[in-house]
Amino acid sequence: MKASAVAVARLVVARDLRLAFRKPSQLLQPLLFFMIVATLFPLTLTPELSRLRDAAPGVLWIGALLSSLLALEFLFRDDAQDGTLEQFALSGQSLTWMLFAKTCTHWLLSGLPLALSAPVAALALGVPAEAMGSMVASLALGGFALSLLGAISAGLTLGARRGGVLLSLLTLPLSVPVLVFGADATQRAIAGAAIAPPMYMLGALAVLGVTLAPLAAAAAVRIGLE
Amino acid sequence: MNWTWFHRLGSPPHVYGFAERWAPWIGGVAALAIVVALYGGLVLAPEDYQQKDAFRMVYVHAPSAWLSLMAYSTMAVAAAVGLIWRMKVAHSAAAACAPIGAWFTVAALGTGMLWGKPMWGTYWVWDPRLTSELLLLFLYIGYMGLRAAIEDPQKADKASAVFAIVGVVNVPIIKFSVNWWNSLHQEATVMRMGKPTMNGDMLWPLLLMFVGFSLYFAAVVLIRLRAELLRRERSASWVREAVA
Amino acid sequence: MLTVSGLHLWRGDRHVLRGVSFTAGPGQCVLLTGKNGAGKTTLLRAIAGLLDPEEGQVSWRDAPARRSRDVFHAELAYLGHEPPLKGDLSARENLKYSIGIRRGVTREEIDGALTRTGATDFSDRSVRMLSAGQRRRVALAGVLLTGAVLWLLDEPTTNLDADGQRLVADLIDEQVSHGGIVVAAVHHAMTLDAGNVVNLELGST
Repeated sequence: MKASAVAVARLVVARDLRLAFRKPSQLLQPLLFFMIVATLFPLTLTPELSRLRDAAPGVLWIGALLSSLLALEFLFRDDAQDGTLEQFALSGQSLTWMLFAKTCTHWLLSGLPLALSAPVAALALGVPAEAMGSMVASLALGGFALSLLGAISAGLTLGARRGGVLLSLLTLPLSVPVLVFGADATQRAIAGAAIAPPMYMLGALAVLGVTLAPLAAAAAVRIGLE
Repeated sequence: MNWTWFHRLGSPPHVYGFAERWAPWIGGVAALAIVVALYGGLVLAPEDYQQKDAFRMVYVHAPSAWLSLMAYSTMAVAAAVGLIWRMKVAHSAAAACAPIGAWFTVAALGTGMLWGKPMWGTYWVWDPRLTSELLLLFLYIGYMGLRAAIEDPQKADKASAVFAIVGVVNVPIIKFSVNWWNSLHQEATVMRMGKPTMNGDMLWPLLLMFVGFSLYFAAVVLIRLRAELLRRERSASWVREAVA
Repeated sequence: MLTVSGLHLWRGDRHVLRGVSFTAGPGQCVLLTGKNGAGKTTLLRAIAGLLDPEEGQVSWRDAPARRSRDVFHAELAYLGHEPPLKGDLSARENLKYSIGIRRGVTREEIDGALTRTGATDFSDRSVRMLSAGQRRRVALAGVLLTGAVLWLLDEPTTNLDADGQRLVADLIDEQVSHGGIVVAAVHHAMTLDAGNVVNLELGST
């Protein structure tokens, strides 16, 4: 009785969650990084909240992007090193589905916590309290799209020298659409305008990512296992 | 349908022979087209009433930009063929396209900057086309970086092929988002590096430049492909005969 | 049921597999021998489908293995040099997850397999704290639990003491006597009871 797709997803998610909570420092590092980066901007720009508010969308989204690049390190690296990815590829189940499950778990452990803790940094950048809800929503959705995209570059750089730098180089240009729409949504939230248009675009990117990214990531992983 | 021609495309000695024969001819026609077009654009065409002579930059800028995109698409198609039909020659072709495409991007950016200076007094403007070209340059560098970072040549071929395909799907999305971003900030006087409205005398040199650049691209790809094939197949017998 | 015909494979410039061919039917064990770098691991990975050969084919049940990859993988268990275990999980947890994604597996089955390979004593400790030999016993339990017909084992006796090496020989014998097929890369000859043992030497010809 071959395991069903639901069972496979459940086990993949459960294992990754259990592993993450046995080594919680790995989860905190990207978050701390985001906070530090958000702190550096006022130090290099200005302490005036009204001017920081203008730069806030950029600071928050670039900080989120850099933080997610850090977090991508732990998406596949351990599994590649100890042979778990290889076992996935040999399990007779859909590698695409398993990597999608891993990516979703990764977002639950990195992108979502970042979105939820962003208000702390946002307050420090002069973002009004009314804008927080929309900002968190946009960061959560954008973070999901970034995780999906990052899975592809993480898969591609599995066998590469100095994979970390290369992973950033590959992911950054591809993440421009997410950045543009996400920052626009945050900008509109701060200005009190409707955030629907950029949110729809973010949603479209996420849907596109869900359909295509795991396929590309699976292809990349199989190549990396050769 | 007879697919022999397709299968012959997979044979390195055949492709090498094809490239050796045709590259000089294509290159020659390309040179001719470019020279004629340059004369037509720089000398014959009347000056634009708005931009005066500065508009002539379009004759190098626009074809470079267009070729940078076409090179990326060609690279992605070759990479896809290599992945699906497992043809090493296709992977070699993709590898050959990358540096040329990157240089076209640099040329587009450079001519764009040179155009900007007399027009608006600054070397750089965040015009959506220039911004997209810059991002395209990063994609090229990423592709070449990925190839260089993977030791095993077969893995490097396949991994960079996946990246090229992912990139080509993303390029329209990136362009769309850059246009969106640009339209948001209308209050800044956004300089659009648009082609001035052109009449016939201005247009034909431009079209001829497109043709010339495309042929130039084809010729250089064929030359690089020959070198790439020689390098990859250096232990094969046909190489010894070809180089003798 | 497993047919390897004319397999050629290059790693970069090295021609590692030069036209390897053999057949293995139910109840047969193929032992791959050869020096380091002869291509034993490469051959096992090529059969498993992790590597793409430039020429030649691997067939399973008379059909090319590439075409029905998922079905083929469901019937095969691959054990590489390093046991695929997560350091932060216990042996039991590891097996629950790694076998669970293939087929539904009960706690009793896991306990049974761990007992068979002598790994019960340390089955609840973090794998990180186990010795290499203990980890290999856990990995062997994993192979048993897959219930696979075809076993591809890469130097299965590494890090095992004399008892452990006898255990591997016994497990292979049992697998083969139940109609399974084993292809194993070994460094030194193994004494197996099963009659159907074929030795295949790989190396520079």
